[in-house]
Amino acid sequence: MSNSTILDAAETKKQVAEAPKTISGSQAVLEAFLAEGVDTIFGYPGGAIMPIYDALYDYTDRLEHILVRHEQGGIHAGQGYARASGRVGVVFATSGPGATNLVTGLADAMIDSTPLVCVTGQVFAHLLGTDAFQETDVINITTPVTKWNYQVTDATEIPSVLAKAFYIAKTGRPGPVLIDITKNAQLQMFEYSGYTPCNHIRSYKPKPTVRKEYIVEAAKLINEAKKPFVIFGQGVILGRAEKEFKAFIEKTGLPAAWTIMGMSAIPTDHPLGVGMLGMHGNYAPNVLTNECDVLIAVGMRFDDRVTGRLDKYAKQAQVIHFDIDPAEIDKNVKSAVPVWGDCKETLPLLTDLLEKRDHSEWLAKFRELEKKEVEEVINEELNPSTEILTMGEVLKVLNELTDGNAIIATDVGQHQMVACRYAKYNNTMSNVTSGGLGTMGFGLPAAIGAKYGAPDKTVVAIIGDGGFQMTIQELGTIMQFGAAVKILILNNQFLGMVRQWQQLFHDKRYSFVNITSPDYVQVAKGYGIEGKKIDQRADLKNAVKTMLDHDGAYLLEVMVGKENNVFPMVPQGCGVSEIRLK
Amino acid sequence: MSKQEFTITVYTENQIGLLNRIAIIFSRRKINIESLNTSPSEVESVHRFTIVINETEDVVRKLCRQIEKQVEVLKAYYNTNEELVWQELALYKVPTDVIAEKVKVERLLRQYGAKAVVIRKDYTVFETAGHREEIDTLIKALEPYGLIEFVRSARVAIIKASKGFHEKLKEFDQAEPAEEVIENEFLDKQDEVFTM
Repeated sequence: MSNSTILDAAETKKQVAEAPKTISGSQAVLEAFLAEGVDTIFGYPGGAIMPIYDALYDYTDRLEHILVRHEQGGIHAGQGYARASGRVGVVFATSGPGATNLVTGLADAMIDSTPLVCVTGQVFAHLLGTDAFQETDVINITTPVTKWNYQVTDATEIPSVLAKAFYIAKTGRPGPVLIDITKNAQLQMFEYSGYTPCNHIRSYKPKPTVRKEYIVEAAKLINEAKKPFVIFGQGVILGRAEKEFKAFIEKTGLPAAWTIMGMSAIPTDHPLGVGMLGMHGNYAPNVLTNECDVLIAVGMRFDDRVTGRLDKYAKQAQVIHFDIDPAEIDKNVKSAVPVWGDCKETLPLLTDLLEKRDHSEWLAKFRELEKKEVEEVINEELNPSTEILTMGEVLKVLNELTDGNAIIATDVGQHQMVACRYAKYNNTMSNVTSGGLGTMGFGLPAAIGAKYGAPDKTVVAIIGDGGFQMTIQELGTIMQFGAAVKILILNNQFLGMVRQWQQLFHDKRYSFVNITSPDYVQVAKGYGIEGKKIDQRADLKNAVKTMLDHDGAYLLEVMVGKENNVFPMVPQGCGVSEIRLK
Repeated sequence: MSKQEFTITVYTENQIGLLNRIAIIFSRRKINIESLNTSPSEVESVHRFTIVINETEDVVRKLCRQIEKQVEVLKAYYNTNEELVWQELALYKVPTDVIAEKVKVERLLRQYGAKAVVIRKDYTVFETAGHREEIDTLIKALEPYGLIEFVRSARVAIIKASKGFHEKLKEFDQAEPAEEVIENEFLDKQDEVFTM
């Protein structure tokens, strides 16, 4: 081929790519999705988003749309998808009530840094502000709970706005983005000259510049430390820095504890893993937080559920804080050395500077306290001496049968704490839970989304009898689209976590925590989902095995102790080392 | 740390809804905004918010980081009054006959450097620019003579140490954060400069 032919070919290709064609705003939305590699949309149609759904009719061969049963289910599914796949979750909702139903999910995704792009329909631009049918001021309602939001009234903006939306959602500290598109813009035909992904916004710096001096300082502190302790959060997972993180702690044998959101970044049985932090976390990491001399926080934000009382938190320690978000530095805990940056970049720089040290004696201290926890709490939870089933033993059986390879999505409450305390994880992005917002009703739809995000994985939704009834309608989504989600209801016939607090701190005045349940197996049957209910230990293993082996979705309801409590516990207003074992 | 007056200067893109995004950072923490002004800045296409609040430095620093985190915000600075040159503009409407009759009022206005903007038979509008205390003292002084209407603008402030935003902006025009690790100019300048 001569040079000129190559040039000609290139020229032709360029022309094809850039040849303007006339398309609608709605088509432009879907073209953007294809260009961004979107494969699944969770959504619910309505009046103001009908043009987009009309366009979608011609894209069903390339984009899978899952019709949820409620917009909240849709956005939680989008979150589950994002958390299990590491990609951006995409959600559709119509204007007004459709959009307002997204708010809980947006707040959840905001606080848990989950990348989402939500597209909402909006009334015609000329009707904005007139209290038109299904008009609501979505942009202002969602401003506090989105990383970015934008209203489009002109179709020509759609390609660039969506490019920005995806870029903002997934870069830096990820988060939810909402794009509100008026109906006229969806319908408007315009000259489309292709989609250009965004890689720069002038006023937005997703990654702070790495400050090498601080890494040197951090290394110096760690090298000199007698009792260094690493605590890590979801930043490790969001930054896909699991490998770098492992190399970092392994280089000199640093004990490492995870937050609920950081869970599964390293395997739960990693020899340096010392358990979960926080209110219902493990005993050793909580107690020793107040004994370490250097506390190295990686990609975590010192949530109050992790720190307990701040003025009693790690006061003896020098704190090194790795975070991509400068607003997190010194927000709750003052750091001696802040390391701003993407931990995928900063951790290897630090690891290089670390000298090999022997911290086995220090690590043994964790194991010693762990033994105490095993003896006083864990043994009884996993191998109860009474006939009544515990949540912990259900987890134990699940671990045996999945060998830690399942994705576990949880709802919020006691079962969530038990699941996070006892679940075994071998793989990253396996723990899908509502950490920051504590959204009851998150579990079922998030599990559905997670199954689409990681179709080859077993996805188990562990849900309490309270939360399950909040988004139970999503069984319909499973029925229609066949997501093979294993639903494990741990039924204690109470809103257990609130009941536990009422027992411990409100003189057992059980105020409206006694919740009744329908016959879940019958309900599931109504949705064409197989199910079983058990309350005997003898049936547990077989029942869990049947659930896991079943081809397709399955619901297993396990009746557990009504008034069991989750321990250990850091009572509110106490320091982490005041953690109670009973 | 005790509360004091801080002026926050925010350089932003011009975007609908950004005012709300910035305002809710304060209202979320139940912090009252004493004064808020939006205007163009020394750089074309870059807007400038001037916000005055009464808070501790610790809180103000956190607020600035939250503000800077917003996608359309380029930079947020905070300064104490000593670090600024600032002015507020005030308009006073008083009955013309009082001014015409009472020499004292005339002297008063002269003393405060007030200028007449409009003079009508029934009323006269004066303006002054200055610090809040000066403006407030003039209100007090005018009140006995029948102050009909009064309004004061938000604070506008110039940062004494600032070299302007032109140079700063160039950093934002770079394609992407540098791949390579560079020594950072912001080191140990935390109190002055925030960066994302």
